[in-house]
Amino acid sequence: MPKLTVPVSKEDHAEGMTDARCTLVEYGDYQCLNCGAAYPLVKRLQRHFGSQLRFVFRNFPMTRLHAEAENAAQVAEFAGAHGKFWEVHDLLLENQLRLGDALYAEIGEQCGLQLADLRDALQQQVFLKRVRDDFAGGVRSGVNGTPTFFVNDERFNGPKDFEHLSQAIEDAIRQ
Amino acid sequence: MSELLTPGTQAPDFELPVTPDRKLKLSDLRGKPVILAFYPADWSPVCGDQMALYNEILPEFQRHDAQLIGISVDGAWCHMAYAEDHKLEFPLLADFEPKGAVSRSYGAYFAPAGFSQRALFVIDKDGVIRWSYCAPLGENPGAEGILQALEELP
Repeated sequence: MPKLTVPVSKEDHAEGMTDARCTLVEYGDYQCLNCGAAYPLVKRLQRHFGSQLRFVFRNFPMTRLHAEAENAAQVAEFAGAHGKFWEVHDLLLENQLRLGDALYAEIGEQCGLQLADLRDALQQQVFLKRVRDDFAGGVRSGVNGTPTFFVNDERFNGPKDFEHLSQAIEDAIRQ
Repeated sequence: MSELLTPGTQAPDFELPVTPDRKLKLSDLRGKPVILAFYPADWSPVCGDQMALYNEILPEFQRHDAQLIGISVDGAWCHMAYAEDHKLEFPLLADFEPKGAVSRSYGAYFAPAGFSQRALFVIDKDGVIRWSYCAPLGENPGAEGILQALEELP
């Protein structure tokens, strides 16, 4: 059974408490429609489990299928460097059919980011290494498509729906 | 169902269409490692698609000088359309006639459904299987096993 080879650390973007009983890690791609579909599912899991669940998002852009995936990931990482990762992460997924410079500017403005800095960061690919490091770690951990979830470091292989994921999380909490 | 071929076995040679008018022979690739990825069918849902994933990871395979080859029972025209749509940059072989013969010879065929299982083989530069793995039905095996096997090649 594939396991997370890159442990969750303070370098990660995480929602929830570090001492939560269960950590759910998603490897995702902002342009992937399955990730778009998983977005409300993750929100529902977070509401359901409250402080028992910590959620971590890592980048896994499928660049040859999705032309904007890597740019979108860099926008989120730029936002992360300015303390706005989750706001931007959510907005990118909520608007995943409109990914592109116009949307990045719109989101940047909405979240109070410096648009000129964002443009520079994209142009100079300041956050590309971070995105690609996420990807490489994902490959090593057995990420086999997007989204791939890990529940307490174990790859979740079941159907990506509330019933099955919440069961896996519950089992992890009870362990 | 026959058994999956195991490490140490000489990889059975074969020649299969790689395009409607061109064939590829396994033994012609001697001298570099080969990754054989048997899979059930083209056109499975895109984001969880095993071949699309390998396409993304191609540079890592190439770092080991390894040649990746996908094989399914789909015909050469189907492979062409699929590869074009997914922008695949490695060959897909058509194990189409006689259907699944190569897959059977590697112990990778799933006769009840009439297609190959998701079976992976890493073959060394001399044509000997060094690692093999068959994923449970319905599970995409990812790439970490392949990369580990490539790293462990002598």
